[in-house]
Amino acid sequence: MADREAKSSYRRGVEDGLPFLLVIVPFALLFGVLATEAGLSVFEALSFSVVVIAGAAQFTALQLMQDQAPTLIVILSALAINLRMAMYSASITPYLGGLPLWKRALVAYFLVDQTYACSILEYELRPEQTRAQRFAYFMGVMTPICPFWYVATVAGALLGESISTGYGLDFALPIAFLAMIGPMLRTPAHMAAAFVAVVVSLLAAGLPYNLGLMVGGIAGMIAGAETERRLGLEPA
Amino acid sequence: MIDTDTLWTVILTLGAGSFALRFVFLGLVGDRPLPPWLLRHLRYTAVAILPALIAPLLVWPRATDGEFEPVRFTAGIATLAVAYFTRNVLAAMGTGAAILVLGLGFLS
Repeated sequence: MADREAKSSYRRGVEDGLPFLLVIVPFALLFGVLATEAGLSVFEALSFSVVVIAGAAQFTALQLMQDQAPTLIVILSALAINLRMAMYSASITPYLGGLPLWKRALVAYFLVDQTYACSILEYELRPEQTRAQRFAYFMGVMTPICPFWYVATVAGALLGESISTGYGLDFALPIAFLAMIGPMLRTPAHMAAAFVAVVVSLLAAGLPYNLGLMVGGIAGMIAGAETERRLGLEPA
Repeated sequence: MIDTDTLWTVILTLGAGSFALRFVFLGLVGDRPLPPWLLRHLRYTAVAILPALIAPLLVWPRATDGEFEPVRFTAGIATLAVAYFTRNVLAAMGTGAAILVLGLGFLS
């Protein structure tokens, strides 16, 4: 019984993760191409994608290394871009914190923008799920996303042709996330959080090391929490 | 050219650091209860960080080197509107993709 429920959660996760192929594949292809152009072997490009598994940070590190930036600056800049992962980790802990350590480590490794966004939306909209179902759902979302990140990196490195950014493929990621943000705007507190995050992230966009994202995100979280407290909203 | 030693230092350090960032709460806090004020803030992580990630891309797209671009902007706003009113993620993505492909195809 529990097993069958976990299976259906896994399947739902796969279905929800599938549209992200359109985001992941071009992005990883492009990384493979750029890595080859920067002089990396196919194995090195693949290792980059498997070990780091974070698109924006990989592109940044590659660019800075090509610019001959000091190694410490390369690492710190890319880590600053990945700071949001710590927020994802904190945010998902109330839902998955009770899992065995090895499963939590597995979730941590696969915790990227897309798996986080899908899972947190699912957990918020279906609070009745068991921990096993939540884990199954997460692994379901990961299945069409993370392996294809590796495969498309290799394909890009092998092809080595310049990939066209025509037809707006560059914009697949913003479209996908905007589609997921809509259903999250359930209460005035959620609206306030999103609104403040947008305004502050735009005002702070000039900050170095992508810090505008963290400043905007934290401002939005404070706005959401404060609105919830003042309006006396039930935790939803 | 990128020096091989530098490359592997960056790959391995960045990999370890990224994993540490992802594991820090999930692994170290686990199922220990968190204080209510912290949980209250964490409830708004997704709905704050994701818009903060997307807003600059919507206004200053990378493909146009940061130049405001009406088709991408319209596609983004339409996607959000459909997502908000229908709560249907796929319908919203389809709307945004259609506006993007038709709009960019029409203008070029």
